[in-house]
Amino acid sequence: MKNNNVIEVENLTKKFGDFTAVNSISFEVKKGEIFGFLGANGAGKTTAMKMLIGISKPTSGKAQVAGFDVFTHPEDIKKNIGYMSQKFALYDDLTVKENITFFGGIYGLSRAKIKEKRNELVEELGLEDIVNELVGSLPLGWKQKISFSIALLHSPTIVFLDEPTGGVDPITRRQFWEMIYKSANSGTTIFVTTHYMDEAEYCDRVSIMVDGKIEALDTPKKLKEQYKADNMNEVFLKLARG
Amino acid sequence: MKRFIGFIKKEFYHIFRDKRSLFILFGMPIAQILLFGFAITNEINNVDIAIFDKSNDATTQEIIQKISASKYFSIKQNITNEAEIETVFQKGNVLAVLVFEKDFKKNLTKDNAAKVHVITDATDPNTANSITNYISAIIGSYQKEINKNSTLEYQIETKSRMVYNPELKSVFMFVPGVMTIILMLVSAMMTSISITREKELGTMEILLVSPLKPFQVIIGKVIPYIFLSIINAVVIVILSIFIFKMPVQGSLFLLALESVLFIITSLSLGILISTVSATQQTAMMISLMGLMLPTILLSGFIFPISSMPLPLQVISNIIPAKWFILILKGIMLKGVGLAFIWKETLILFGMTLFFIALSVKKYKIRLE
Repeated sequence: MKNNNVIEVENLTKKFGDFTAVNSISFEVKKGEIFGFLGANGAGKTTAMKMLIGISKPTSGKAQVAGFDVFTHPEDIKKNIGYMSQKFALYDDLTVKENITFFGGIYGLSRAKIKEKRNELVEELGLEDIVNELVGSLPLGWKQKISFSIALLHSPTIVFLDEPTGGVDPITRRQFWEMIYKSANSGTTIFVTTHYMDEAEYCDRVSIMVDGKIEALDTPKKLKEQYKADNMNEVFLKLARG
Repeated sequence: MKRFIGFIKKEFYHIFRDKRSLFILFGMPIAQILLFGFAITNEINNVDIAIFDKSNDATTQEIIQKISASKYFSIKQNITNEAEIETVFQKGNVLAVLVFEKDFKKNLTKDNAAKVHVITDATDPNTANSITNYISAIIGSYQKEINKNSTLEYQIETKSRMVYNPELKSVFMFVPGVMTIILMLVSAMMTSISITREKELGTMEILLVSPLKPFQVIIGKVIPYIFLSIINAVVIVILSIFIFKMPVQGSLFLLALESVLFIITSLSLGILISTVSATQQTAMMISLMGLMLPTILLSGFIFPISSMPLPLQVISNIIPAKWFILILKGIMLKGVGLAFIWKETLILFGMTLFFIALSVKKYKIRLE
């Protein structure tokens, strides 16, 4: 993998029968970058992301994630990435502590390492009072933060966030983006899909998918200039409406 | 391996923190076995009957004496006219009325033939049938007694002996059935629900993105249920031995091995169900309607397979429970060894492989 790209995708395609969900997309993501992956529902961004995280096999094309080929080494990719789904999936009937221990465990962290990471997390997020509470009893904002922290538990090269801010209030969203910035600053690459166009402005670069193709890819500033728009929302509407 | 232990620990947290699944796991087996053992039975015991004795002579008295002396019947009342027969049935006082014809003894000694009429309440046909058979048997044995001295030429005597369950205890028939149902319920339904729950919550996705391999995820989810099913099987066997005096004629070791085989068959069915259903509700419906119902109806647990219409008999062959019940009856009641049940064992084994292969295939399609 040349220079410091952590994701390199070339003509990646996914077909389901006659339907082409992802049509020959190509892009690169640099280390430490916050890469926004935008698109309307059904534009193919979830399918594209599933190929990158190794749970869906591409039909054709080339892709490398964290230095590993998605066709031949999906298992190595899995060890080097973190993933947070839009459902903030944690186990509701386990406590915060048990969730951290469990997810640390399946990534093969040692007991001592898990303990160290857990204490770090408790301090950083101020979890002292809720660490022994069942996750099911916590408000959504907490679940979101914990879910993100758990995705980072094994210090992955890249973390994939699938619509990580759905259903939470603007203040919590703001706080969440601060967490994203913080981990990007420490060198973690962030690959994030979102519906919120104001969030697209926070990304270093964004790609916009329409009908399985990447129609635009640049910094938010340049995209706004190119499409003569005041904000990303206008850019998106211009693209999506053709 | 360490990852695995963490996974199984988590699975036990799920089970022990959910009261509903705890109840299904441990309350249900005990409740069912006691229910089937004590309440649901097709033996007759102390059935109330009425007597309408039109002749009231020495012979009828002797027969009545014999009937009331048996533990199967108790004579509730004596009737004195025809109209009353209808009334006692309608009131539901008795399940059968015994009518002796007029001049019973005279007819018997003079014409060598006397008539006794057994009228039964056939709203419950099985019981009615048993009552008729029991009464005929008692009268038949009385007849033999009085014929002892007279020499009848060319007499065919039928002697029957009920082997393996000489007292015809229905609990012996139900225990293998209940055990089968429970193991099926725990293994197939509970696993399919627990796997689909992860799908519903979205945690399955997280697990698939993790370095755990899909088969590790599935095995991790299944192991706790193997463990709990074995405990259940042990509880059922202990209950049936100590409470219902069910004999285990064959080897306990073989019984254990066969049970583990059936548990794995059911688990593989559970996995298969979870690959085709997206929600817990669907998984539960498929398990109940597609699995439990045919198992109860077609496995020979309640309805004998030999008296089913041919198409159903053919279908019953694809029900894993049918084979396991045969194995259980073989080991527990007949005391046979593997030499006699290898065919059934092989069929179960084949079914298990088939279900696992099918699940793996479905699972792959889903991942594509």
